[in-house]
Amino acid sequence: MFYIYCPYCEEHREEEEFHVVGQAHIDRPLDPDSLSDAEWAKYLYMRKNTRGLYQEQWLHAIGCRKFFNMTRDTVTYEIKETYKVGEQPTVV
Amino acid sequence: MTQKNRLDVNKSANKSSGRINVNKPISFRYGGKPYAGYEGDTVASALLANGVDIIGRSFKYSRPRGIVAAGAEEPNAILQMGATEATQVPNVRATQQELFEGLECKATNGWPNEDFDLMSYVGKVGGNVMSPGFYYKTFMYPQSMWKTYEKVIRKAAGFGRSPQENDPDIYDHIHRHCDVLIVGAGPAGLAAAAAAAQTGARVIIADEQAEFGGSLLHSTELIDAEKVQVWVDKIVAQLNNAPNVVCLSRSTVNGYHDHNFLTIHERRTDHIADFIAEAPKKTIRQRMHRVRAKTVLLATGAHERPLVFGNNDVPGSMLASAVSTYIHRYAVVPGKSLVLMTTNDYAYQTAIDWFYTGRKVVAVVDARANPQGQRVHQARELGITVIAGSAVIDVSGNHRVSGVKVASIDKSGEKITGEIKPLVCDTIASSGGWSPAVHLSCHTGSKPVWDEKILGFVPGKTIQKQLTAGGINGCYRLKACLQEGYQRGCKAATDAGFQQMPQPSFNDVIDVDEEPAMALFHIPHTEPTSRAPKQFVDLQNDVTAAGIEMATREGFESIEHVKRYTALGFGTDQGKLGNINGMAITAKSLNKSIPETGTTIFRPNYTPITFGAIAGRHCGELFDPKRYTAMHQWHEKNGALFEDVGQWKRPWYFPKTGETMQQALDRECLATRKSVGILDASTLGKIDIQGKDAREFLGRVYTNAWAKLAVGKCRYGLMCGEDGMVFDDGVTSCLGENHFLMTTTTGGAARVLEWLELYHQTEWSDMEVYFNSVTDHWATATISGPNSRQLLAELTNDIDLDKDNFKFMDWCEGTVAGVPARVYRISFTGELSFEINVQANYGMFVWEKLIEHGEKFNITPYGTETMHILRAEKGFIIAGQDTDGSVHPYDLNMGWAVSANKTFSFIGKRGMAREDCVRPNRKQLVGLKTNDPKQVIPEGSQAVNDPNQPLPMDMQGHITSSYWSANLGHSIAMGYIKGGINRMGEKVYYPQADGSVIEAEICSTIFLDPKGERQNV
Ligand SMILES: [Zn+2]
Repeated sequence: MFYIYCPYCEEHREEEEFHVVGQAHIDRPLDPDSLSDAEWAKYLYMRKNTRGLYQEQWLHAIGCRKFFNMTRDTVTYEIKETYKVGEQPTVV
Repeated sequence: MTQKNRLDVNKSANKSSGRINVNKPISFRYGGKPYAGYEGDTVASALLANGVDIIGRSFKYSRPRGIVAAGAEEPNAILQMGATEATQVPNVRATQQELFEGLECKATNGWPNEDFDLMSYVGKVGGNVMSPGFYYKTFMYPQSMWKTYEKVIRKAAGFGRSPQENDPDIYDHIHRHCDVLIVGAGPAGLAAAAAAAQTGARVIIADEQAEFGGSLLHSTELIDAEKVQVWVDKIVAQLNNAPNVVCLSRSTVNGYHDHNFLTIHERRTDHIADFIAEAPKKTIRQRMHRVRAKTVLLATGAHERPLVFGNNDVPGSMLASAVSTYIHRYAVVPGKSLVLMTTNDYAYQTAIDWFYTGRKVVAVVDARANPQGQRVHQARELGITVIAGSAVIDVSGNHRVSGVKVASIDKSGEKITGEIKPLVCDTIASSGGWSPAVHLSCHTGSKPVWDEKILGFVPGKTIQKQLTAGGINGCYRLKACLQEGYQRGCKAATDAGFQQMPQPSFNDVIDVDEEPAMALFHIPHTEPTSRAPKQFVDLQNDVTAAGIEMATREGFESIEHVKRYTALGFGTDQGKLGNINGMAITAKSLNKSIPETGTTIFRPNYTPITFGAIAGRHCGELFDPKRYTAMHQWHEKNGALFEDVGQWKRPWYFPKTGETMQQALDRECLATRKSVGILDASTLGKIDIQGKDAREFLGRVYTNAWAKLAVGKCRYGLMCGEDGMVFDDGVTSCLGENHFLMTTTTGGAARVLEWLELYHQTEWSDMEVYFNSVTDHWATATISGPNSRQLLAELTNDIDLDKDNFKFMDWCEGTVAGVPARVYRISFTGELSFEINVQANYGMFVWEKLIEHGEKFNITPYGTETMHILRAEKGFIIAGQDTDGSVHPYDLNMGWAVSANKTFSFIGKRGMAREDCVRPNRKQLVGLKTNDPKQVIPEGSQAVNDPNQPLPMDMQGHITSSYWSANLGHSIAMGYIKGGINRMGEKVYYPQADGSVIEAEICSTIFLDPKGERQNV
């Protein structure tokens, strides 16, 4: 049960209020139609399965309904930081 | 039966009855027989007092077993509790269950009963056959027989059974936050709590036992020249009076989860009665505390390690410290004559304790060559025989220890060096030192580390804000425990932001000097281990030293694999007693050190926990929220049966008296197409979308075009994922130039809203658009059928219902039955339809008005089932029923809903252009008409081209929707067929489980009114 700091609400809340969306920082290609099938498949399906520090996207679903990013250690489950959409991680 | 092992309090040397109350006798039943005990007893102490030796049969060999321990680590004495069927609780340790008047329990192991056990003959005969991996090796093949084996094994071996009736008790959860959570109220925990409480920090201290004190409850040591129990009482009183401290006894901290989240299982009435019915208010039986702590201090102590020698499982073989506990805390001496086998000084206390009860100490057998510690001298002075440099290598006796064999061993403890001498005794207590109770520290993934000084694993590095004090660190002496407890308690509070307070020194506490213990995890025998008498390592799972050695010989090298192959530590006790010995034996037979071999990890829960406590109030009515529409009571009153759609309760159909389901559906379907039907459509998801970029946004998330949709118009849209696969659909209407109302499927509403937010917040945040769920704001009554216009005309005077002014796919605002309404001329039945939306509080009123005025048209309420049939007659899909995340709009033959010439590459466009999405022979949605019009193909049936083709057959697709259509007089079905859209008129076959084959013809999905004239009237 994580204890998560929402960068928008600016407080720690229980994991029950959140839900995880997936790997962070995957931008939708600006011109999908110009991509080959392989390139599109890479955007669509290929995700990291990192052991260690990992950037993932979360949603404060039963809270402010904002999406935000989290740097989390997938081994220890330590949350290093959470930050707003559009911002870059400081811990990598 | 008399309590033959109960000390006569007035005669015993210290005149103490420990923690029992001899003025309060209690009667209870064990295995159907009456016994007596006292208030303060556990079932285990009472059974020992009564001289009950055998309390179960072992799991694999069915050997008789007795009580070994006095706490949570007990592997054998597992009870089935409960006087009635409804109050049955399996898996209760006799050592932790307090006695109460009328308690009923029995042993869980042993069939037909624990004294005469059928399986013991199998165990005896098959003793050498049942090697590790026996079940895997023997019962795996043939696989078909596994079910048969399993039944026998479970019946013979199981650890109790669950009740067959509803649990009448209440369980609940409580959420807590604190600065310092202290686990364990022994010397270290109590000192820590006292220290942390002083600082003003919010403290929770929890202990699994009935009262605080831990090992001090049976200790003979002194603090400030007084018995330790006096100190305990003083500290407990202090804590109870402190407003910032929550004291939880009978509360096991069972799980340590991420980010300092811990679960505490509190048993509130299990010590009072089976079931408390008469109380003015029903009492909570068990409570789960869900705690988020700033810092956690583990003061969980340590478990004594038994020694591994031949037949060390015969009843009467116990842990040394447990024997002391029974003597001091419960005034019970669990035998007449004692042999103590030890590797350390501390255990001598047990021989001394036993001596003072007036019963016989036969000898202390010490593995060390020349023990000279203070306690050793004390024992010798009392005249107790000490046999040094020796070990108990075997035990005689079947239902109870009758003697032991002692032999001298070499310095390393690996070889027998001398003669074997028999000793006569009925109790063999053993101590191989102590293993810190590191369990909780492991729960979040931290690996314990081996400490050679204390010969045990201590907590390893962790990222949790966790401190440890006392026995868990291998700190076993009282003074050090108190000092460390106090110091760590302070630190826990200061870590949580509180001010340091002065510390007491505990200078008056005088520790007994001890010599180092000997590392001895497996006592040798004259025979090699494989031929020696069974030397048990894990009593609950019947794992022997020979079994572990065999596992390593068979190639298992990782401790985790040895664990799984032998079942070491897999019992409900999680190997609290056996694990360290088992790891050491594994290490030795692999020629590795213990740190190299490592340890297995403990997982939640520390001790078994009831389902009641896990569920709390989340059961029955409160299991999941239920959502009701504004018209729900009307549906109930009118005999609706309900269907769960997500959390919504939707009317399924409205049977009249004596009607079968099919008769009701036929009536509802016919009435709707003939005159008018009414459906509660309130549950459809509704999302209000506003902003200057709302229209553009719709164009990006829907597959079709929205640029030209005028105010007052509605449009159907398909929503796809980036992979091009359909995931939701619905009608969106244009309320204003920058204002739209999107409808979604009932079950998909939350997901769609999140989907829109995801793209807006993370991809297109520059767009000005706002989304709001308005599902519950509106109540929706859909009237459908040729007479729906006439009906609506009776209830409105400001909506122009003329067919040319209020066209199909128009919406308009006005009043219905005097209530402000939005009316949409959209149709999911293919009939002339009006969807009347009013503010939810008016829903029932408008619904009743429609029913009242509809009477003359024989207005017929229908539910989801008729809705499904009517839409299927028209070939309308239901997202989630006819789609499964693997079909795109063209597979559905709905290319008309995809706009290829939108400038923005809308979600799904690139996905559905992938190579695999445009290949021929994809499964496509088609209609299917059975040869026999009366036959309805079961949904899920698989299509083949040739039912006589040998296996494996060439699979063509499956049926997604299938109904009897009363309107058409034949069955209708929709389903997927490979390349189906170009195979109209071809035959396919649906083989059924019963061997029959249903023949069907591929046809259009639109079975009724193919030109769509009925909705346009
Ligand atoms: Zn938030």
